[in-house]
Amino acid sequence: MNLFQQLMEKPWLTEASEVVELRDGRTFAMAREKLGLRVFLVVAMVVFSLFAAAYVERMVFSDWNSIPIPWLLWLNTLVLVLSSVAMHRAWGSARRGRIEGVRLGLYAGGAFALLFLAGQLLSWRGLVAMGYYADANPANAFFYLLTALHGIHLGGGLVAWVRTMVKVRRGDGVPQMRLSIELCTVYWHFLLLIWLVLFALMLLT
Amino acid sequence: MVDAAHDQVDFVPPAEVEEMELYHPKSFLTKYVFSQDAKVIAIQYSFTAIAIGLVALVLSWMMRLQLGFPETFSFIEAEDYYQFITMHGMIMVIYLLTALFLGGFGNYLIPLMVGARDMVFPYVNMLSYWIYLAAVLILLASFFVPGGPTGAGWTLYPPQAILPGTPGAEGGIILMLVSLAFFIVGFTMGGLNYVVTVLQARTRGMTLMRMPLTIWGIFMATVLALLAFPALFVGAVMMTLDSLLGTSFFMPAIVHMGEQLSYGGGSPVLFQHLFWFFGHPEVYIVALPAFGIVSDLISVHARRHIFGYRLMVWAIVIIGGLSFIVWAHHMYVSGMNPWFGFFFATTTLIIAIPTAIKVYNWVLTLWRGNIQLTIPMLFALAFIVTFVNGGITGLFLGNVVVDVPLSDTMFVVAHFHMVMGVAPIMVVFGAIYHWYPKMTGRMMNVAMGQIHFWITFLGAYAIFLPLHYLGFLGVPRRYYEMTDTTFIPASAQDLNAFVTVIALVVGAAQLLFLFNIGWSLVNGKKSGPNPWRATTLEWQTAQTPPGHGNFGKELPVVHRWAYAFGLPDATEDYVPQNLPPDQLNSDYDNSKLSPDTPQAAE
Repeated sequence: MNLFQQLMEKPWLTEASEVVELRDGRTFAMAREKLGLRVFLVVAMVVFSLFAAAYVERMVFSDWNSIPIPWLLWLNTLVLVLSSVAMHRAWGSARRGRIEGVRLGLYAGGAFALLFLAGQLLSWRGLVAMGYYADANPANAFFYLLTALHGIHLGGGLVAWVRTMVKVRRGDGVPQMRLSIELCTVYWHFLLLIWLVLFALMLLT
Repeated sequence: MVDAAHDQVDFVPPAEVEEMELYHPKSFLTKYVFSQDAKVIAIQYSFTAIAIGLVALVLSWMMRLQLGFPETFSFIEAEDYYQFITMHGMIMVIYLLTALFLGGFGNYLIPLMVGARDMVFPYVNMLSYWIYLAAVLILLASFFVPGGPTGAGWTLYPPQAILPGTPGAEGGIILMLVSLAFFIVGFTMGGLNYVVTVLQARTRGMTLMRMPLTIWGIFMATVLALLAFPALFVGAVMMTLDSLLGTSFFMPAIVHMGEQLSYGGGSPVLFQHLFWFFGHPEVYIVALPAFGIVSDLISVHARRHIFGYRLMVWAIVIIGGLSFIVWAHHMYVSGMNPWFGFFFATTTLIIAIPTAIKVYNWVLTLWRGNIQLTIPMLFALAFIVTFVNGGITGLFLGNVVVDVPLSDTMFVVAHFHMVMGVAPIMVVFGAIYHWYPKMTGRMMNVAMGQIHFWITFLGAYAIFLPLHYLGFLGVPRRYYEMTDTTFIPASAQDLNAFVTVIALVVGAAQLLFLFNIGWSLVNGKKSGPNPWRATTLEWQTAQTPPGHGNFGKELPVVHRWAYAFGLPDATEDYVPQNLPPDQLNSDYDNSKLSPDTPQAAE
């Protein structure tokens, strides 16, 4: 039953009332944690969209001085893609019940994510060294703000990653960690998508 | 939505929930302080919200003293006055009403009314409260920093909010913004719980279209809040950076005290857009739970099914959707394109349609109902009247040509106090009188309730009707004092003095209400499990107040909607949602309705 059908029911009519009692109270056929993550991703998406909207709103003014995009960011993008791929491999292995694949994928995914964060910090240092301070003009401020926000979200993801790693180190069975791995993977893909959009936005200006 | 890998694991219907699944407190600290039980969290939220609300109440007294009797009180300087209006507004809208409706009533009622044992993520729910408490404490701390709290007005418009000269520009504004950010993070944690619990943790037979309207209102308000608060968060983060790091997100090139500041290139109007993109849905974040709760109060206390349930649900959903495309009607005077004004005026007026449907349905529910003038019912009726009043002045202000001359006058103050101050607060009171017996097992004192109701209801009108008139005269809002203004007659000052006296009386009546809450806890009449003879699940629990885990070993199975009043073949004039259809003639004993509880076993 899709959402719309559920909303169109008239369970107060006698002929309709017996049928619905057989159903449990789930609206969507998915685990609670999964729906929780999706709701959170929508909220995060709204936050990033509003920042992006503010960025675009500001960018159209004639006094916009765009910041030079460091070449390091291209490398970082590649690292983040690798991180996402590794997490995806971990999830694939979890579905097939292969613990070695899970372990490898998770280690690689986390390591690449940390590498990405380090790379972001390095590019910040590079820009600061060249004198592009945050208070110099709005473009600089937006650059630092958007990258910081993305980094913080990735940091939050790493907390979930650590919790999953604890399960792996403890030697839990693959079924017990499958949901955690799936949620991490979805979150990683989401952050990759956000990064690609932000990066494109910065390159375009 | 469905993915094959999870079908078997995820979808085993949990008819009988194992005890293991529930979190169990082990000590006093985890049971009453760091509790993960939604009912305890609800009470923590409510007490914190009411406590900070009292601070805001005292602030409003201070403002009224100054407005009613200017140049009388030496302890109210102009700076203090601006700080009072700012803190009063922000506390009432966000830290009191939002927190009380969603954190308080949401936490208490959602699991009980949908037939769940608890929220789906109890630990996150607990964190939500503690982060909220931190936000409140940070806000309070701003009273004690040099320069005091911010006096930028509750809308916090830059550039003035962070420039020297505005009270609290040194530290108060930073604490305000940080506190808001905390609040939003905390709320998001709670909000995830409310949404996922309503969607995924309902008991068997509780389909979406059988949910009580209270749950629909709280659910939709939570969805709105999850989508709208990010805008405030974004604005708060960017303004904090402007203030602390000297960035120029919202700050244009500006000369201040004859000195060119280093800011330049920012857009103050951008903040207004962000603020109101949050600010308008916020009205409905407060109003939708009130709509939902009032529907249930009216239905129960008029002993009649709600009229047009399906339309009521859809009206809630449609109002929620529309509330995101009307925000710029708060900005008609910001110099925007007239076509924008036309668009936003149109959408604003369209919102009147679903809202009117709700009002008609409430009235039609009352029509030929067996109306019991209980305290909750009085407050519910007062809500309808007040909401219609406030809504109609909203139609005035929604039109650009009427709004421009009335902008920033007392008329605006009167309008929004009626529609999102007095009206939702009426529902808060009604809801507390209604659910207090379930929370404590005792009824609240009726005599005190009557006094409280009549003073509050009549007093609110005595306060805010004159403010409409003052607005028409052109008395501006946010003015410390008017002194010799030629276009305002001297009698306006007498009216202001009258309003002040009434405001002090109405405020004092709230202390009687608080006293009643405490007094009834000890001396109130024992209520029994279902004093209002209501149908919804929270009244059918075996224990009152509901024990840990809410229901007995088995969750209740729902057989009908929440508005089964006056069924011809039932013994009573109401039928609980979980009463099996073949037992309509039995007596509705709670220990039979939720069997397998410790009490029933004895």
